[in-house]
Amino acid sequence: MTELLPPLLPLLVGIPLLMGALGAALRKSKRARHMISLGTLTAMFAFSVLLVIETHDGTVLAHKVGFWDFTPQVAIPFVVDALNSLVLMIITILGITSVMFAMATHEARARFYHPFVLILMAGVAGALMTGDIFNLFVFIEVMLLPSYGLLAMMGAKLGAHGARIYVSVNLLASTLLLFGVGLVYGTAGTVNLAELHGAAVDDPAVAVGGGVVLTAIGIKAAVVPVHGWLTRTYPMTSPAVTALFSGIHTKVSIYAIYRIYSVMFDGDERFLWIALLVTSLTMLIGVLGAIGEKTTRSILVFHMISQIGYILIGVGLFTGLGLTAGIFYLLHHMIVKASLFMSTGAIEETYGTGEIDKLGGMLRREPLIAVTFMIAALSLAGLPPFSGFVAKFSIIQATLELSHYWVAAVAVIVSVFTLLSMLKIWVGVFMGKPPADLEDRALAYQERMHGKRYLRVQAQAENPTLTIGPPTATMSAVLSGERAVRVPVKLIIPGAILAAITVFFGFGAELLMLLSETAAENLLNPEGYVEAVMDA
Amino acid sequence: MSIAIAVGLLTAAAVYLFMQRGMVRIVLGFVMASHAANLLLFAAGNTAFRGVPYIGTSDYGEGGDPLPQAFVLTAIVIAFSITMFMITLAITTTHDDDTENDEESPAKVLTSTDTGDAAGSSVDTAVTGAAAAGTGGADASPLSPVHDFEAQDDDTAEVPNAVDGRRQGRRRRDVT
Repeated sequence: MTELLPPLLPLLVGIPLLMGALGAALRKSKRARHMISLGTLTAMFAFSVLLVIETHDGTVLAHKVGFWDFTPQVAIPFVVDALNSLVLMIITILGITSVMFAMATHEARARFYHPFVLILMAGVAGALMTGDIFNLFVFIEVMLLPSYGLLAMMGAKLGAHGARIYVSVNLLASTLLLFGVGLVYGTAGTVNLAELHGAAVDDPAVAVGGGVVLTAIGIKAAVVPVHGWLTRTYPMTSPAVTALFSGIHTKVSIYAIYRIYSVMFDGDERFLWIALLVTSLTMLIGVLGAIGEKTTRSILVFHMISQIGYILIGVGLFTGLGLTAGIFYLLHHMIVKASLFMSTGAIEETYGTGEIDKLGGMLRREPLIAVTFMIAALSLAGLPPFSGFVAKFSIIQATLELSHYWVAAVAVIVSVFTLLSMLKIWVGVFMGKPPADLEDRALAYQERMHGKRYLRVQAQAENPTLTIGPPTATMSAVLSGERAVRVPVKLIIPGAILAAITVFFGFGAELLMLLSETAAENLLNPEGYVEAVMDA
Repeated sequence: MSIAIAVGLLTAAAVYLFMQRGMVRIVLGFVMASHAANLLLFAAGNTAFRGVPYIGTSDYGEGGDPLPQAFVLTAIVIAFSITMFMITLAITTTHDDDTENDEESPAKVLTSTDTGDAAGSSVDTAVTGAAAAGTGGADASPLSPVHDFEAQDDDTAEVPNAVDGRRQGRRRRDVT
């Protein structure tokens, strides 16, 4: 089995690309595109589960693509160990649920939605598996190009300013990454991570090149002080796209930071204080930024930045416990954040606004969404019995282990603020009485988004005696009634699935913790990684 | 040395252009920046004092390193496609290529809910439709940028001249 798997690794990139092209070629059939997209994502999920099982004992699978036998370093290495197989597994879960969400909001009907998502997934799989920093640059670009398309396409109703900022910042970071790759190649003579093992410790010149690479990836991970672009772009697109992006772009960058620091810098202790300083600032500034925001999504995006700080504490500590906690936090956060974006996004898609002041009383109207949101929000804030508690507890434990009391203090204070912010959404959106014009605004929004026919179908569903035709007095009476607007169940399901997963990882934390421990073990001792790539 | 100077000049020009407001200038800045990065990659391959890295022209030991050239080739293709995308964004989404008008800036669009906000903005959100844009453009005013985007998407909304032209064409066909 272990011999059979490595040659199949490039398929994780190739198949989604191929299926994306096929989806783009199928112009007529929406259903075929839905099936192709969900089928491919499910297959990727199944394959990544297989990879998690194969690597759970610390095995590293590696395969090199290339036919130059005389220069083995000139090849495209694909490497999978416990860390990237876990991240890939969670990302494919997010891919499936967000495609379900986009199908419920009808965004997936757009001809290029599914092809873009599949190409995005191909880029993600490549960026996670590649063992070479130039290919990391290429795969990040493969991941970003369809994202630009998705952002511009789905954000068209809000204008393309979000897309402009997003493209500009990401292109700047990519150019910087390319500079870094050039510097590393010029100083070390290779871009293969396995060959670069420990190079940054021995040679300060390589460390500078590596520092440029890490800075560029840090911009993409939205670490303070280069976080501003995230909060101004993610709320500018549709909730479905925000949910998809939240779990993917910044998280792939975080994975790359973990991997590069582990292999290239060999966990060098000299630079760890920089990471701890940056992560503490990220936690604090992210959570404080959320205070001034007025829509659910912009609050959640600021929290995302704050949580990125928590995740990167793992790198800043670089101990067994620290890395384990950081990886656990990364996996937990991807699920919870997407769940929050989906449950608030379902309200936004139905009632036409995400502004807290214009919503209210959702606990009565939408009890299912309220429960989903509550679970994910409490998990985000780090309360038991959800996965967030285990994640935060182990992170703080790891900081105390090394006597970094100020980092632990910041982490505790920030989680109190996180809870307060979640309560702000809870009180504003779910408690109280709905505003008088809630129903009218929702209907106006539905009509604008889905056309008049949608309303007639809705009215007919409410009252089967009506025929679908021109509006009548009876129909408008039905529509203006108390129960005319409700979040459809299919919009709730994706977020609820993710909320269920966080509950599962809260009670069954030990399973995920063991896997994270293996991943941390691989990062602490990258020799296994290096050997696997060299021997492949 | 000449490569180092070229990289420095290109980067300086790129940074200057990034600071401009117009999207087209920013795009030009990125073109400069990617050239600078490509030259840096070339320099990493020691092309300055080594032979031509083609098979058959020099020995493996004497030729320059061909790998950075492969990197540059890949990077050029990527930069080219993104440049095209950015130019498209610059010309299709707004009437001019200015990125941030006060009333259109994402910061305002996201935060402004009512006029005379504590932030001290004197922008009339009812006219600009900024508040409406925050809600997804549910009730955008006719003057708002949001409204314009919708009109552009709509096939029926065309420049009056274009409609006239089509009608005239039909008439002519009728006559013949």
